Amino acid sequence: MSRTIIEKIWDAHVVAQQPDAPALVYIDLHLVHEVTSPQAFDGLRGRGLTIRRPDLTLATADHNVPTIEPVLPIADPVSAKQVAQLEANCREFGVPCYSLGSERQGIVHVIGPELGLTQPGMTVVCGDSHTSTHGAFGALAFGIGTSEVEHVLASQCLLQRRPKTYQVRVEGLLRPGVTAKDIILALIARIGAGGGTGCVFEYCGDAIRSLAMEERMTVCNMSIEAGARAGLVAPDEATFEYLSGRSFAPRGAGWDRALARWRQLPTDEGAAYDRQIVLDADQLEPMITFGTSPGMGIPITAPVPDPAQAADPESLRKALAYMGLEGGKPLLGRPIDVVFIGSCTNGRLADLRQAASVLKGRRVNPRVRALVVPGSQRVKREAEAEGLDEIFRAAGAEWRQPGCSMCIAMNGDQLEPGQYSVSTSNRNFEGRQGKGGRTLLASPLTAAACAVTGVVTDVRTLL
Amino acid sequence: MKPFTKLTSRVVPLPVANIDTDQIIPARFLKVTTKEGLGEGLFCDWRYDAEGRPKPDFILNQPRARGAAILLAGDNFGCGSSREHAPWALAQFGFRAVVSTSFADIFRQNALKNSLLPVVVPPEIHAELFRLEPEAEVSIDLAAQTLTLPDGRAVEFPIDAFARHCLLGGVDELGYILGQEAAIAAYEARREGSINTLP
Repeated sequence: MSRTIIEKIWDAHVVAQQPDAPALVYIDLHLVHEVTSPQAFDGLRGRGLTIRRPDLTLATADHNVPTIEPVLPIADPVSAKQVAQLEANCREFGVPCYSLGSERQGIVHVIGPELGLTQPGMTVVCGDSHTSTHGAFGALAFGIGTSEVEHVLASQCLLQRRPKTYQVRVEGLLRPGVTAKDIILALIARIGAGGGTGCVFEYCGDAIRSLAMEERMTVCNMSIEAGARAGLVAPDEATFEYLSGRSFAPRGAGWDRALARWRQLPTDEGAAYDRQIVLDADQLEPMITFGTSPGMGIPITAPVPDPAQAADPESLRKALAYMGLEGGKPLLGRPIDVVFIGSCTNGRLADLRQAASVLKGRRVNPRVRALVVPGSQRVKREAEAEGLDEIFRAAGAEWRQPGCSMCIAMNGDQLEPGQYSVSTSNRNFEGRQGKGGRTLLASPLTAAACAVTGVVTDVRTLL
Repeated sequence: MKPFTKLTSRVVPLPVANIDTDQIIPARFLKVTTKEGLGEGLFCDWRYDAEGRPKPDFILNQPRARGAAILLAGDNFGCGSSREHAPWALAQFGFRAVVSTSFADIFRQNALKNSLLPVVVPPEIHAELFRLEPEAEVSIDLAAQTLTLPDGRAVEFPIDAFARHCLLGGVDELGYILGQEAAIAAYEARREGSINTLP
């Protein structure tokens, strides 16, 4: 019987299946951070439980950490308490923790892959919806709530219903100036913020195959913005090459055994999906969002949709009122205040290289504040080793310490009410980057172009 | 977990699609290390102005919301962040059920673990509920899987059989999982280590 990669991973992880109940699914890797875990650790204490597999569990501090030096001690006492609580919980329960001060600290979805922890065929969970990022390695990776964090800590298992499979085929090849971020923004604009509910995406097709691992992570990262808890790409030579030699990747004979297993994962010829969609990469343009849902995206040259002609005029009107935008008018040329380059979506080395390619030899427009926040300590070190930090500083951008920063605005990095940002992050929800702030989501190339001109800009005019 | 069986209440309409969990409870309320005190932050940025005064035109600040336990919201309720603080905040405010045409997956799972019932109704019933008079009450019967309109018509709603069983009996999922220790141990014994042991 032909199976998709999604079904193969699922079948290999079912521990038990009682009639009328969800399957009990084994979790290979559980990532933990400071915001969604304290109540789960409390739950364990309350029941007198221990962590079943601390060896399959790893913690880091990312959401709440300062990105301006000195990062320690954390100035905000509430943030400091939450990070201290994570460290104390990890000590008490024996969980390795790469907190502030560790050279391995960083955004949880950046460090998992870069340490080689995330591997093909695994089940990966974290109390964070962007866990879908890890799907880039051919892993079934999804976000969970705090109750489920407690379940996994206690049992290494979760109760889950088998997800529906949704093939997203992206044919053709991207044109210059168009990136992985534009693929995923185009997909979400096409199927909507709930278009993938109940499903796991498998991204395939020539355009996906030709993406580097970091770009695949960008695509998988935002699967949740289309409602899919997970999205994955079958592993191939690019995957194996990325993993080879990483700290937690198998070595020697273990590597050979792992490779043999991983090569069995791709979807079988003739396997059926519950749903399918095809996008044409050749037709894609740089994308940008105009509203308060990631599904409200348009090609950057297009006008903002007119509520009078919309399927859901009320939601669109509400979004445009919040954004201070008018339907039917172009976004191009609109002044902006802040550019944020970073996050688990676009905070990796390849993203910083793209932004730097635009900013090199140029200046950030004086009315724009530009923040560049590397996704991890390692990304920061590697970027500095090749001089990217110098390019950003010379252009007048701020080069920060690693963390989630202005993607979620919990650490003081935030917009002022009414400000517009062009952001490489994943959510343009009301207030996401600071109360009253207005977010336009775009690629690192587009964000860098907007930083230079101070207005919404088609990066292709600067290439 | 607190059992859920039946509920009769007025309905609080919030006719917005794709309400994300950042709206339900903004990220700045997520710095807590306990579950308490989140009801105050529910829909905070829609509910209060810049000075922290209640906005009179927002539905939660109107008499209709006082004591009501059913929230009626647009499609794809609870999308975005996985924060369980969202159902905690809704439940602490006093809601025991949310009615919509669809729910985001993670929110639905989180809600069910907190005795907050996600009720999915067809679009025409959804539209009809938004037209109810402020004082009108609807009833939800989980055992029968019905939502009964003020005129007595009962509409069936779907719910996962296991989730229904847990809600009706107040059954704790973790207890159920830990009850399968033998199966978990057997799986671990045959599982090929897929990652190296962490240092």
